[in-house]
Amino acid sequence: MAEIVLDKVTKRYPDGHEAVKGAEVTIGDGEFFILVGPSGCGKSTLLNMIVGLEDITEGEMRVDGQRVNDVDPKDRNMAMVFQSYAIYPHMTVRQNMEFPLKLRKMSGDEVARRVEEAAGLLELTEHLDRRPGHLSGGQRQRVAMGRAIVREPAAFLMDEPLSNLDAKLRVQMRTTISKLQQRLGTTTVYVTHDQVEAMTLGDRVAVMRRGVVQQVGSPRELYRQPANLFVAGFIGSPAMNLLPGELDGRHLRLPMVEMELAPDVADRLVEGAQGKVIAGIRPENFEDVALVGDPDAPGVTFTADIDVIEWLGSELFAHFEVAGSAAQELTDLAADLETVAIGRAGEDHAEVVARLDVRSEAREGRDLELWLDTRSVHLFDPDSGDALVRRPD
Amino acid sequence: MKAPTGRDRFLWGLGIAVVVGYALVPVAWIVSLSLTPAEEIGTGGFLPDDPTLANYTGAEGVFNDPQFPSALRNSLGIALVATVLAVVLATFAAYAIVRLDFRGKAVVMSGALAIAMFPPVAIIGPLFDMWRTLGFYDTWPGLIIPYMTFTLPLAIWTLSAFFREIPWDLDKAARIDGATPFQAFRKVIAPLAAPGMFTSAILVFIFAWNDFLFATSLTSTNRARTVPAAITFFTGSSQFTFPTGQIAAASVVVTVPIIVMVLVFQRRIVSGLTSGAVKG
Repeated sequence: MAEIVLDKVTKRYPDGHEAVKGAEVTIGDGEFFILVGPSGCGKSTLLNMIVGLEDITEGEMRVDGQRVNDVDPKDRNMAMVFQSYAIYPHMTVRQNMEFPLKLRKMSGDEVARRVEEAAGLLELTEHLDRRPGHLSGGQRQRVAMGRAIVREPAAFLMDEPLSNLDAKLRVQMRTTISKLQQRLGTTTVYVTHDQVEAMTLGDRVAVMRRGVVQQVGSPRELYRQPANLFVAGFIGSPAMNLLPGELDGRHLRLPMVEMELAPDVADRLVEGAQGKVIAGIRPENFEDVALVGDPDAPGVTFTADIDVIEWLGSELFAHFEVAGSAAQELTDLAADLETVAIGRAGEDHAEVVARLDVRSEAREGRDLELWLDTRSVHLFDPDSGDALVRRPD
Repeated sequence: MKAPTGRDRFLWGLGIAVVVGYALVPVAWIVSLSLTPAEEIGTGGFLPDDPTLANYTGAEGVFNDPQFPSALRNSLGIALVATVLAVVLATFAAYAIVRLDFRGKAVVMSGALAIAMFPPVAIIGPLFDMWRTLGFYDTWPGLIIPYMTFTLPLAIWTLSAFFREIPWDLDKAARIDGATPFQAFRKVIAPLAAPGMFTSAILVFIFAWNDFLFATSLTSTNRARTVPAAITFFTGSSQFTFPTGQIAAASVVVTVPIIVMVLVFQRRIVSGLTSGAVKG
């Protein structure tokens, strides 16, 4: 059990490259905390600094108020699950799980009890005397988890533990990890590049980009009030539609429609939010006009020429193009997001995805009357990328 | 791959028979010679008409030779000590070279290679003088040091190849699991590099065991003379007989430890021991 505080933590390599820049994060006792971001954003480096495999160049890390910058990894009492599992191939499953306990010179009875208990929890009991070479990927993954659990550590650190599993197993293990963490109540720091894992697992999530923590918050906060363009584009699947806009008081001009911002949004506009903006609209904030559930909801309607329909049974995605594009402002962002959504946008047109009610009569190549919820428009500064709408108090 | 046909099998069998025969006929000949009585040596038959163990245990046999038993002891001792030292030092060196980033890493590796290419015969003269001055002449360390030095480069290269195969995550996992750097090395990395260590050990041992050049130049008495050098000092039963039988018997005796060593360790030289450490 531990509270981990990172106080302006920076990692600078001898060549001057800064992998992590002034990270300020407090991970509460028993919290499931996620570090998420595209590859190379510094999330693994940050995790390695927490566990002590990398030195902290600047700043301070505290566990339960104690400064631990210079504590050796073996004395930090943290357990780590690696992406490669890193289980010892020359030892049986039992020996793997015993290893950290024996290094602590724990009594034989206690070692056996803990290993049996962890093996039972992870359904490894019948494999205890096998070697890792004979186990499947999922089983190896569970051995790695078991080796972490038996120690009853102050914190679990997981570095993309699921990314080597196939899709089906990944979903299954996600649930297992979530249940396990709830049951043990151990502080957990989990690194992933997959925003779906981040959203489903985390109590709180820190989104990182180029060594800088962009926003820390619950999955809901990140989804509903992204602090900047990067978080907006990274969280959510399909990604948020980002369109160029022109703000004139409370009047927003988008490529396909003009609208008055809903009072709830307009009241929260930051000072000086005028002129060119980037508007973000999530796919589910569009709807087929004929199927709008709440007739009193503030919205605007416009006609869209539907290019492609993706019907998935439980949901329906309609793709259409609009004139005008924010591509110029977003190229930098697109490089980090690795999404095609922005890349697909051409010089003077942008593709928009709308998630519609499956009962919609939308057809490919036909015009469709679409409704847009004006309460859920996000606005960003095109230069800094910062949100132009304050969070609700 | 197609299943082997009868013709494939035949050709494979033939090829194997040729290679095995080529390698083993000289060995068989030595064994046969060692069992031949002195009077019969000149007759030229492949198999002795009247096999005898006289060359081994007889009055003139190698085990009753005044110098052979001590030479055997020297050979074993010197080769084993040189092997242990070379493998231990090479293990540390290779681990450091693979895992640490330090200046001059490439220099160490290429320097080691240069030493391996250096002809030993070129340093025998200076070494002889140095050893005389330093008191290493005709002692065990006097042979152990050059054996270790000349085999270290090969051992370092072999072992660093093995260490490179071991995922670094295993070191890190062991450290986080509570091991000191040395414990991580001893309990996790070294067992995984064991095939590499045994491979190097065999190579070092064979080099030290078979060496004639250093052994004959840097020794003068039974204190440190090893078997290859001692064999040249065998004498026949009279000054007119050449001790062919005894030499053959001694050769057979010195071959046995090598065979035993290879047979014992070949099981450990199994790569793929690391399978299962990481995905795949």
